[in-house]
Amino acid sequence: MATIQRTGGARPLQWRKGAAVALQVAVHLGAAAPLLWLFFAIQQGALGGDPVEALIHFLGLGALRLLMLTLLVSPLASSLSFGQLNRLRRPLGLWCCVWALLHFGAWLAFELAFDWSLIATELVERSYILVGFAALLLLLALAVTSLPALMRRMGRNWKKLHGFIYPLVLLACWHFWWSLKSGWVEPAIYLAIAIFLLSLRRKKIAGWGRGLSPASRG
Amino acid sequence: MLIKTNKPGDLSESAVTPESTYLKRRTLLKGLGLGGLLLVGPARAGVLDLFSSDKDDKQPGAARKPLDFTAQTPKPDLPLTPENKVTNHNNFYEFGTDKTDPARESQSLKIEPWTLTVEGEVEKPGTVDVWQLMADTALEERIYRMRCVEAWSMVIPWVGFELGKFLQRFRPTSRARYVAFETLYDPGQMPGQKNRYLGGGIDYPYVEGLRIDEAMHPLAILSVGLYGKTLPTQNGAPIRLVVPWKYGFKGIKSIVRIRLVEQMPPTTWNKLAANEYGFYANVNPAVDHPRWSQASERFIGPGGPLSVKRQPTLPFNGYGERVASLYSGMDLKKYY
Repeated sequence: MATIQRTGGARPLQWRKGAAVALQVAVHLGAAAPLLWLFFAIQQGALGGDPVEALIHFLGLGALRLLMLTLLVSPLASSLSFGQLNRLRRPLGLWCCVWALLHFGAWLAFELAFDWSLIATELVERSYILVGFAALLLLLALAVTSLPALMRRMGRNWKKLHGFIYPLVLLACWHFWWSLKSGWVEPAIYLAIAIFLLSLRRKKIAGWGRGLSPASRG
Repeated sequence: MLIKTNKPGDLSESAVTPESTYLKRRTLLKGLGLGGLLLVGPARAGVLDLFSSDKDDKQPGAARKPLDFTAQTPKPDLPLTPENKVTNHNNFYEFGTDKTDPARESQSLKIEPWTLTVEGEVEKPGTVDVWQLMADTALEERIYRMRCVEAWSMVIPWVGFELGKFLQRFRPTSRARYVAFETLYDPGQMPGQKNRYLGGGIDYPYVEGLRIDEAMHPLAILSVGLYGKTLPTQNGAPIRLVVPWKYGFKGIKSIVRIRLVEQMPPTTWNKLAANEYGFYANVNPAVDHPRWSQASERFIGPGGPLSVKRQPTLPFNGYGERVASLYSGMDLKKYY
């Protein structure tokens, strides 16, 4: 598991383990329930006469929020000295990937109606879609390698790869900003939160960046 | 009012469906339990109430009145977008930027009485009572394709009258080279005008414009209704512009002022992002929006909420034979 047991803080107590499990359940329910709601909302016409745009936005925004929550976990765990909390990172990250794939799938299926030639040109020529697609590919790489077996086998490289969550969140905000026809307040708020979450771990990020450069290979 | 059935470009549009057909169709849908708002309405309200502040005096659609008009028969190759989709998927940023916002937030807009002022380069400027105008004018149905700049489209049976004939009443002078339109500015009634965030960062009032020859073209209409009844508020009640060969944002809603002018007037989306939205905004599959292709479009037609049909976009939205001559010699890539 991706759990990092912190040794410096208060000793993890039994109730904390229970709380961590309860939180994991809450993550699964919280990430799945809106999808269920979405299904019925579309059936009921709550997303309007043509729900395609609302559907795509709902899924994309959901994925971004889950990404933010994923990044919130470890600062929260260390400030609360609650290492068990780190167990939430994997389910949150995986759910984020599920939402992002649904977001992309909804765009392919309902916006472009699987017109592959159009999909190809849109992916290449539209910068905001390209940015979103790059974020999705990164996210997929992180999701696939979150298997514990792969994590062990990848060793140090696992951390290098998973550090890409930092540029990933910026790409996602950028994609959101560019996708809007007008207005910037909402994406600006998301970007500000992302920058705040990254600033909490700036030393870690700097270390990750140094680790990536060829000079530091040892 | 005479409908010129055989003009090229009118091709599939010039068919006639009596209102009774709509009514029959609605009855059929109701019978099947698939009815539009009538059936879905109460269920919708239940879901939406959880998410909206309590505004109890809203009766969606209640204020719409039947109109007398000359009907047009729809052609089989041009299936109409169902009424509930036409009235529940709207861009009207004065009431919020989500497609469902206008239907929810605009119902309290006071559309009666409503006056429309025509001024500027005209010999006989004046203000007309729009409801009186509706009663006095021979209305006709026009079944038009509607192509949004966001690459979706509908087919809508509008009811209205020709803009050109209306403008002639005010005797445009020889200096009238453009026509400028303005939407109601009333932040008290339009939350998007009161709050910049809700209104998508747009400077209000919404303004649009046409060249005088475009405005005088018989395809350009002022619409006062759709599907046989007066316009719902979310579709631009009580009076709006419809220019079927241009992107939908040219179709300014809830108009209070028309000014004939000498210089090209500013237009809202062009002011916001000139590289993305031009003054002309003619539907053109060969000129992409910087952020998406305009070569094809998603047609919002009959069928379930997620039934999708992607179809090629036609130059001038299929009205090229009627309107292309307006732009002969112009570089349409430059004047997009």
